[in-house]
Amino acid sequence: MMRIRRAHVLIAAVAAALCVPAAGVSSSSGLPTKIGKGEGQLNLVAWEGYTQPQWVKPFERKTGCRVHAKYAGSSDEMVTLMRQGGGSQYDMVSASGDASLRLIYGHDVQPVNVKLIPDWKNFAPALKSPPHNTVDGVHYGVSLQWGPNTLLYNTKKVKPKPTSWSVLYSPKYKGKITVPDNPIQIADAALYLSKAQPSLGITDPYELNQKQFDAAVNLLRRQKPLIKKYWALASDEIDLFKNGDAVLGASWPYQTNTLQADKVPVADTIPREGATGWADTWMLSAHAKHPNCAYLWMRWVSTPKVQAQQAIYFGETPANVKACPIMDKLSPGSAAKYHCGASEAYFKSIKFWKTPVAACGNGRNDCMDYTKWQQAWTQLKG
Amino acid sequence: MQPGRPLRAARLYLTGVFWRHRWGKGLVLLAPPLLAFALVYLASLAALFVSSFWTVNPFTTEIEHHWTLDNFRTIFESSAYRTIALRTIGIAAAVTVTDAILAFPLGYFMARLARPRTRAFLFVAVLLPLWSSYLIRVYIWRLILDQNGVLNWTLRQLGLGPLHLAYSNWAVWIVFSYVWLPFMVLPVYGALERIPESLLEASRDLGARGFETFRRIVLPLALPGVVAGSIFTFSLTLGDYVTPMLAGGSSSQFIGNVVYSSVGISNNVPFAAAFATIPLAVMAVYLLIARKLGAFEAM
Amino acid sequence: MESRGTRLALATWAALVTAFLWVPLLLILVYAFNESNIQSWPIPGFTTRWFRAAWHDQEVRDALWLSVRAGLIATGAALVLGSAAAFAIARFRFFGRESVSFLLVLPIALPGIITGMALNSFFVFNHMSLSLWTIVIGHATFCVVIVYNNVLARLRRSSPSLLEASADLGADGWQTFRFVVWPILSTALVAGGLLAFALSFDEVVVTYFTAGAQNTLPLLILGYIRLGQRLPEVNAIAFAVIVLTVVPVALAQRLMRDTGVLRRGAANVTEAVESSQITAV
Repeated sequence: MMRIRRAHVLIAAVAAALCVPAAGVSSSSGLPTKIGKGEGQLNLVAWEGYTQPQWVKPFERKTGCRVHAKYAGSSDEMVTLMRQGGGSQYDMVSASGDASLRLIYGHDVQPVNVKLIPDWKNFAPALKSPPHNTVDGVHYGVSLQWGPNTLLYNTKKVKPKPTSWSVLYSPKYKGKITVPDNPIQIADAALYLSKAQPSLGITDPYELNQKQFDAAVNLLRRQKPLIKKYWALASDEIDLFKNGDAVLGASWPYQTNTLQADKVPVADTIPREGATGWADTWMLSAHAKHPNCAYLWMRWVSTPKVQAQQAIYFGETPANVKACPIMDKLSPGSAAKYHCGASEAYFKSIKFWKTPVAACGNGRNDCMDYTKWQQAWTQLKG
Repeated sequence: MQPGRPLRAARLYLTGVFWRHRWGKGLVLLAPPLLAFALVYLASLAALFVSSFWTVNPFTTEIEHHWTLDNFRTIFESSAYRTIALRTIGIAAAVTVTDAILAFPLGYFMARLARPRTRAFLFVAVLLPLWSSYLIRVYIWRLILDQNGVLNWTLRQLGLGPLHLAYSNWAVWIVFSYVWLPFMVLPVYGALERIPESLLEASRDLGARGFETFRRIVLPLALPGVVAGSIFTFSLTLGDYVTPMLAGGSSSQFIGNVVYSSVGISNNVPFAAAFATIPLAVMAVYLLIARKLGAFEAM
Repeated sequence: MESRGTRLALATWAALVTAFLWVPLLLILVYAFNESNIQSWPIPGFTTRWFRAAWHDQEVRDALWLSVRAGLIATGAALVLGSAAAFAIARFRFFGRESVSFLLVLPIALPGIITGMALNSFFVFNHMSLSLWTIVIGHATFCVVIVYNNVLARLRRSSPSLLEASADLGADGWQTFRFVVWPILSTALVAGGLLAFALSFDEVVVTYFTAGAQNTLPLLILGYIRLGQRLPEVNAIAFAVIVLTVVPVALAQRLMRDTGVLRRGAANVTEAVESSQITAV
């Protein structure tokens, strides 16, 4: 009885949440029309590698806005940090698709006037008003970069070159595997199962019914004895590979780049099942204390050069297509390597992170919501 | 006496008042700290406990204020949370025993055998690690225990095989024992140093041999120090999430990690609060026993 | 009373445990000079550039300054509140006395994560934005008990008759405090204050929940560990802090040793205190 009532409350709550942005549109007439003088400070929540001195220092010199960055290792953590202390602690967040909608519907971020960002015109068409940061025509931030989660391996120890995610689930490299400590990892298992066990009928790795969800969690449970460590920090995985404690793992390109720069024999690949991925947006907190610096920052990180620098540094694809030639100038071949200016078809082939909700695409309400994912993940790690 | 000075007269008067009404002085002294504590600390704890009966909206993660026992039900019904609680308490106990074994002879040596210079040196040597960053001290162990780390390098030089300690609960146990050791040494040393020489002489005069004196005089008198130290090692292990995160392996979830990820990552304060009642209950029992053993005097 | 063998065994044990404590600290030093920022063993070469980098790093300076301020204010508050509470507990018997001492010990006896989470909820509930002051409140909760314990221990060892003697000789409350209480307590206060500052300076768990966007030094270090690229710089900072704190820690040790003198030669001190008081009056 209690369960049913609770479910009703949840549906009602989600429905209410979904209705709210409509109200937000009418009040969005108060968008700023010009950028004022910087407030001297800017507090950011960012992924590791997103606020490198390379492009932060020139910004600070140019605008006088001192950048304070707090690194977060997962979308969940970003959402929590943006809500910390009533939401006025941080001005901006580099949210991925699974965090951005939660922030929009939770009223944690405010609409942004993209006309104040000249480079917005140069963004790839799919990233000008993507559904993960634009609701009913209202922009809640500017797209930044996107990319796939990759399979990282030690080229000396892992032979032949892996072509399928199945290596992460096979006992061949027992005790030498590392995967992210993040509930969204269940989607990686689901993506693999969608190809390996078509009978489950998984079409979207973020929309799983009980049976599909159980299959994914079971796969991860069988994987657990093979795992050396669930990495929580990017540096965890870097250390694991550097010191030979792991030879195979699910990764971001950031780790590959850092390890290769340190002459560790590693490479990464996108296996044939495809990959999950992220599309990030710089979003502005609803309670930002330094909005002018925030706008200046959005303008700065959208410029082709900074876009190219970050793309090469982290190993991802810039939103601004004008960044592609600069990428090749900075590091020959990098534009093609990271699919700069890629076709829409390639963009669509990546299963971008999004928040699992009960009311999923098939019109029924039988999908596992994110709380279930989190609980399953905690229990899985035990 | 100089009655001509009004200030002095006033002070004397007040002194007299307080002397007669000791109660008044007690209250005046105690009021500020007690009020501060009652207001901030207890109110926070109470609020936390109350929130454990609420839930959060899974999509927006905002707290919904309707009363439910769901959080507690989840904790008690799932074997994973039981495993995590038992693992944490088990490692906390192991760390406490390890530190006691490491600290007692050292404390004894410092308090009763070492020359003043040696004692001063050892004292500083034990105290200084507390000043160097705790995070760095945890992180450095990762570099020591790694597959190709300092320890295995040393073993290889000695012609011994490599140890696979990194990223496991063994590593967590070693690192915890390392970082909390000074918290055990200091109270143990304090308790041992407080034992009057005359008691030991008396014991000797009455014909007790070394070990008997140790067992019947030193050990009981030093026990409060050990218990005081164990409060630190035990409670610090129960509440820590950084060491398991940095040094742990694939099965290194501790109570601290669950609470931290519930509150710092999932923004589910109610669930974190419900789970936090486990260490709260454990420490409450521990403290009551510790107080019986006189540990509070030795802290 | 110990046999030669026992003595030798104890000395060896003491040496081994000290080595256990110090070998990792020495490794921190070695890695601070690591030429490469990839932390392998043995290190490929020596450089001092990380010390320079840390020195010129504005973020490090900001974080250090914030940590110092928070530590000093929290320690100051702890000195006032902790010694006041210790006085009350040591000198007076009243209803609930035991509970008070239990209550004061709670913040350090309960896992830090509970304290941090509870305070965070409290601040959010009261719409207090996270700032230096919320860090200070968080740290003061566990600093108070450090000072309290130190002062209480000292008061228990000193005889209350000293105060009566002072009053009998005609001193008022202030004089008694200045010439009797203060000389007895000063060393305990310094020792307690130093330890409280050290704990505050290095606190991570509670600070994480009370600091908000600003970084104290430990939070900054956590961020650098996350990134995994500037670790030698972090080692350099950690080592600089150790070197800078040798002096205060050695000082604290001296003060604690004086405690021993005070206890063993209580008669001399009483005499000294009384004589100083008499000359003053």
